[in-house]
Amino acid sequence: MAIRQCAIYGKGGIGKSTTTQNLVAGLASLGKQIMIVGCDPKADATRLILHTKTQETVMHLAADAGSVEDLELEDVLRTGFGNVRCVESGGPEPGVGCAGRGVITAINFLEEEGAYEDELDFVFYDVLGDVVCGGFAMPIRENKAQEIYIVVSGEMMAMYAANNICKGIVKYATSGSVRLAGLICNSRKTDREAELISALAAKLGTQMIHFVPRDNVVQRAEIRRMTVIEYDPKCNQADEYRALAQKIVDNKMLVVPKPLTMDELEELMMEFGLMDEDDETIVGQTAAQESAGATA
Amino acid sequence: MAQDVENIKQGYPLFSEPEYQEAFARKRVFEESADPAKIEEVFQWTTTEEYKALNFDRKSLTINPAKACQPLGAVLCSLGFANTLPYVHGSQGCVAYFRTYFNRHFREPIACVSDSMTEDAAVFGGQKNMFEGLENAKTMYKPEMMAVSTTCMAEVIGDDLNAFINNAKADGRVPKDFATPFAHTPSFVGSHVTGWDNMMEGILRYFTLNTMEGKAPGKNGKLNVIPGFETYLGNYRVIKRMLTEMGVEYTYLCDPEEVLDVPTDGGGYQMYAGGTTQDEVKDAPNAISTLVLQPFQSTKTLKYLKDIWNHEVPSLDIPMGLAATDEFLMKVSELTGKPIPESLAKERGRLVDMMTDSHSWLHGKRFSLWGDPDFVYGMCRFLMELGAEPLHVLCHNANKRWGKLMSKLLKDSPYGQDAEVHVGKDLWHMRSLVFTNKPDFMIGNSYGKFIQRDTLHKGKEHEVPLIRIGFPLFDRHHLHRDTTLGYEGAMYMLKALVNAVMERLDAETMIMGQTDYGFDLIR
Repeated sequence: MAIRQCAIYGKGGIGKSTTTQNLVAGLASLGKQIMIVGCDPKADATRLILHTKTQETVMHLAADAGSVEDLELEDVLRTGFGNVRCVESGGPEPGVGCAGRGVITAINFLEEEGAYEDELDFVFYDVLGDVVCGGFAMPIRENKAQEIYIVVSGEMMAMYAANNICKGIVKYATSGSVRLAGLICNSRKTDREAELISALAAKLGTQMIHFVPRDNVVQRAEIRRMTVIEYDPKCNQADEYRALAQKIVDNKMLVVPKPLTMDELEELMMEFGLMDEDDETIVGQTAAQESAGATA
Repeated sequence: MAQDVENIKQGYPLFSEPEYQEAFARKRVFEESADPAKIEEVFQWTTTEEYKALNFDRKSLTINPAKACQPLGAVLCSLGFANTLPYVHGSQGCVAYFRTYFNRHFREPIACVSDSMTEDAAVFGGQKNMFEGLENAKTMYKPEMMAVSTTCMAEVIGDDLNAFINNAKADGRVPKDFATPFAHTPSFVGSHVTGWDNMMEGILRYFTLNTMEGKAPGKNGKLNVIPGFETYLGNYRVIKRMLTEMGVEYTYLCDPEEVLDVPTDGGGYQMYAGGTTQDEVKDAPNAISTLVLQPFQSTKTLKYLKDIWNHEVPSLDIPMGLAATDEFLMKVSELTGKPIPESLAKERGRLVDMMTDSHSWLHGKRFSLWGDPDFVYGMCRFLMELGAEPLHVLCHNANKRWGKLMSKLLKDSPYGQDAEVHVGKDLWHMRSLVFTNKPDFMIGNSYGKFIQRDTLHKGKEHEVPLIRIGFPLFDRHHLHRDTTLGYEGAMYMLKALVNAVMERLDAETMIMGQTDYGFDLIR
């Protein structure tokens, strides 16, 4: 069977790496063979699987060795919980260089070295923030990831980001076979969150594939650099991640998303009370002017 | 005035005249404030063992590279296909460089376009450039195929050629069935030979990946030949001649022999000439097998031939020198069942005759050489066949595997015992090597002339003459027409090597009344 390649996108800080690793651990507990490719210069996409602070990255090893050509697959590939193979692309410190190129280099290296020719069932790309440049879109080029999952929460900016990512997907979907496979709601306990994300998903033409509730056990596991699945496989949260994993295994709903216009998105947020109706009378009024107006 | 309209002098000797010499002396005060004695002192220091150690410790700097960049190779590969326009997605200056580089070597115009990405394309991505570039180039130059490669700029921002080209077709910029093979060729990875390999794989992939049904090795009874980054026109011709003499039908996959050698015959400029046709590429999987003439530099292509075409690609060295040509011809004979004809046996005999005629002059002569991985490997094999000794064997763009195999080849021969193999080193390293352990000659491209000058500056007894075999050859005319492969190529190279020895000997013994005992008429 062909390898299913999935890319995980979402707003920075939304919990992409935590969700991905817990989900992957869940898939591993279902007996799947998986590789995670971290596509973020922070290199934190594999720490819970490997129990390390940060894995040595392709780019750093290449810089030490002189060039990528001097690396071998076993230099960069580590195996962790559930036989999950882990690779971090790595990249520069903030403010210098080009992180996107690091992603391109790392993925090309993995392809050339035959990392994809194993008996893998899944490859997961954990990609930094928005699709900000061609490099971060590398995982969704032709013949790479065909399923994209967006991690989102009921917060306004997370939804903006999800919608923007959909715009990126449309660009690639028209020339290739990459598709949106669903939204993963990583709960922030906002009001009517599941309902809101389901509504957003419906407008985008996709599904909320799973609602992952907030649970402190995730943080407790994380302090121990573990996934919940490994730390406490019997807890409720582990069940949630396994449920998400099973839904992804069974998922057949792959669509070209229909991104919302800014007006549509704001309308949706107003409907759920995340945003007030525009009140033209308060635009440009300072606090002093407002209080003066109130006493007048 | 030093210049006379009836007798225009070139920069040399014009600038040797007093008027200019005085001007140079006056300018020196402003331009070269360093004391000439100090300059001389530093120069002498750069020729020492101490400096060599520092030089080889150098980590973050390349001086005088012995390699070029990927898209240069991709352009040469593209030129080998019929009615094909090389198209480089990226910045314009890079393409100007590729064109002048080839102009100066081949002394031919080189057709190649760029989609001229600028600041806005760097920010927004180059899709717009691709749309307009493909459309314009097709309208203006009417190619049947455009082979797309990339410069660093497009690679750093992560432009996706596959998506862009498909989008351009979907947008109606060029017809859907218009041939647009492509290859990503980032200049900061590998070298020109990597780019050649990537483009070759890209072209084979474009024309055959999804049309393999009904194709199988052996169906058309031909042999495919893949030359690799090859800049000797004679090499295309000699392989064809040998195969023709054997009665073997072949398909040259990448054949720029015509377009790089267009005659001046009143017919005007020809943008396209000769080259492998699209139909030939589509039929190539049906060949008995594929002969990859430069295997070290063809990694990606080899993998494609084996995985997709199911070709059992024979493991052969570059057919350079006597034994390697023997192996090549015997393999061709084995694959096709056709015997090696008398004409080639005779040619071989003539080469052996030449080798025995000249061996006493070449035996024990020490050579330092550089170039592309397959060339250096083949050249070492040939040198050792002649009883000559490779001393410094340098390849800037080879990998560790090459280094191991190269070392093994040398260690297995009595003539390779003193050889040192240097992978990933540049010509400034080579300069240190020849200063501290002097060979009799260097073999390499035109850039070696500066090393020769420097060694001469240290003293006539330190001078290492350069024999020009390689790429690029900018400072001599028509050497690119020569042959280095097959028995014929070995003859050319033997001639060049042995006559360099003679010329050197003449130069050293041309002192009247002093060295007449060595200044012989007959050698």
